[in-house]
Amino acid sequence: MTLNPNRAAGATPLVEMRDVSISFGGIRAVDHVSLDLHAGEVVGLLGHNGAGKSTLIKCLSGAYRMDSGEIRINGEKAEIHNPRDARRYNIETIYQTLALADNLDAASNLFLGRELVTPLGFVDDARMEAETRRIMGRLNPNFRKFKVPVAALSGGQRQSVAIARAVYFNARILIMDEPTAALGPQETRMVGELIQELKRQGLGIFLISHDIHDVMDLCDRISVMKNGVLVGSEQVGDVTEDEILGMIILGKKPERAGAV
Amino acid sequence: MSDTANAPGAARKRSFIETLEIDTRLLGMIGAFVVLCLVFHFQTDGRFLTPRNIFTLAIQTVSVAIMATGMVFVIVTRHIDLSVGSLLALCSAVMGMMQVVVLPQMMGIDFGSPLIAPVAIAAGLVVGVAIGAFNGWLIGYLGIPSFIVTLGGLLIWRNVAWYLTSGQTIGPLDQTFQLFGGINGTIGPFWSWILGGVGTAAALWGLWSARRAKQSHGFAVKPVWAELVMGGVLSAAILGFVAIVNAYEVPAARLRRLFEARGETLPEGYTTGYGLPISVLLLVAVAIAMTVIAKRTRFGRYIFATGGNPDAAELSGINTRLLTVKIFALLGGLCALSAVVASARLTNHANDIGTLDELRVIAAAVIGGTALSGGMGTIYGAILGAIIMQSLQSGMAMVGVDAPFQNIVVGSVLVLAVLIDIIYRKRTGGFK
Repeated sequence: MTLNPNRAAGATPLVEMRDVSISFGGIRAVDHVSLDLHAGEVVGLLGHNGAGKSTLIKCLSGAYRMDSGEIRINGEKAEIHNPRDARRYNIETIYQTLALADNLDAASNLFLGRELVTPLGFVDDARMEAETRRIMGRLNPNFRKFKVPVAALSGGQRQSVAIARAVYFNARILIMDEPTAALGPQETRMVGELIQELKRQGLGIFLISHDIHDVMDLCDRISVMKNGVLVGSEQVGDVTEDEILGMIILGKKPERAGAV
Repeated sequence: MSDTANAPGAARKRSFIETLEIDTRLLGMIGAFVVLCLVFHFQTDGRFLTPRNIFTLAIQTVSVAIMATGMVFVIVTRHIDLSVGSLLALCSAVMGMMQVVVLPQMMGIDFGSPLIAPVAIAAGLVVGVAIGAFNGWLIGYLGIPSFIVTLGGLLIWRNVAWYLTSGQTIGPLDQTFQLFGGINGTIGPFWSWILGGVGTAAALWGLWSARRAKQSHGFAVKPVWAELVMGGVLSAAILGFVAIVNAYEVPAARLRRLFEARGETLPEGYTTGYGLPISVLLLVAVAIAMTVIAKRTRFGRYIFATGGNPDAAELSGINTRLLTVKIFALLGGLCALSAVVASARLTNHANDIGTLDELRVIAAAVIGGTALSGGMGTIYGAILGAIIMQSLQSGMAMVGVDAPFQNIVVGSVLVLAVLIDIIYRKRTGGFK
């Protein structure tokens, strides 16, 4: 496995999270974690439930405010206090819960918070539906249910709406929290192909997952968290599945000096 | 659907109603309303569906209906407002005091000055919006449940009104102000027909331009005959209502007074109808504005998104706290408008104005299909709900149902309507 060219050149990382900490009611959910992500790279975040991976990533997506630490985007310090700030830095997130308004249709969800409007300032439903049809034609050509609330969609269809929302707005940094948890094998493969495609386009992707196979297939690098601390980061080519499991379960770094 | 089973292979034929793309719940409500009217009509030996009674029903409904449109937004975002009746009373008290005490006695503006009504109404609107926004701030930013904030408001604002007026009835209100009350402010048959014609044209243009917008993006449109049926029904409803209010004739004695006031004598055999009441036009304007907000603006989109999934709305960058403030401020403003209509109709402000209106308003919204679980509700539904409630109440009074039974029936209808709604939603599958 060769290193990502952007990384090899020693270029400034797309995202640097430095010494990030956040506590909830006295419990350190994330404890001085540092992590980086380069353009065209997929970094897998692994760990048990409650290891702090979703919490860490929510500091980046603006859902939580970190207590201390800093985030740099392209080497510059970024102020991310809410989801709107994150969107300004072209950070898009696909949440595990998908974060869809079940009572609205696909187009309304795709453009939620960023509606297309007519010159008079009214929402332009027809144009948003046309755009939704266009991007869905690319992502999931079988998608037909444009007129119904997303509550009436299957898990895979809902997932494609959430993915379309993240991809549509020219994301540079994509956060995917368990993107395949609710999907069948065929849809999982589709998400895998999409990740490869986005990677080729130069996006940086954080992939949170429980599934080690997913991660081994899709990621360039993995970072493992346990009890709020970072156990370690490894190039995928340098470690075996067993070693990753060891990191997740025992919080033990592999013996060799292959660490990043 | 049963008809898929007996026609295997063939595409399911779309039913008449499906082709028209009418909300079946709306159709059910209209059906229930028609049945209700017919029953009362026959029970009262033909006194219910007369121009006079329809006119009266319309002006009685306006106040509750205006507030119900705002209550839809509040309930859609999973909140409630129990203070609307009290807030109406406070706005009414402020406007009454402005007209009778503050402007004439303290500011030296004469009775009958054209300034009085607009200044008083503006003061009422400011009070309504400010208190609504304050409630919204307590709920959105401080996190106090809306039920508690507005339960407190239910007690507070009516008694603030009492304190302001020392419990006295304030009147008589300004003549211009009274135009908003209903029977004292109608625009006459000629302008009613003009407005009816304009309204019909606007409705038809709306249908046509929606169709064109769809076509320009290559979406499927309804068959032309379906559009024509919809256009015909809308035109008939608008013009029919105009015809009815025009048919309600001004009594001869009142006409004579009107002519005498202008220094003329009533010509022999001259009659004229009342035409559209200004209060009803106000309701129509509010209904259109609120529907546009709900369907066509980002604000409306965020209201429904927040109601459907507050977390998703937050994560999409919507400032849900500020949204809560805006929604309650909007309802507060509508309470002030309702206060104009309600106090103008009574020609004075009394302490008990709007008592129990919170329950009527919530009932109207809920009967109109607004779900307390959030995310669902329509403006037209709430208005129809208000009309049904009012018809039920005055119909029973006309039939001579005993007072306790009237309330028992209204309460039962409310619970039954929600039950039917729940069953309907289960059948059609969730959000619709």
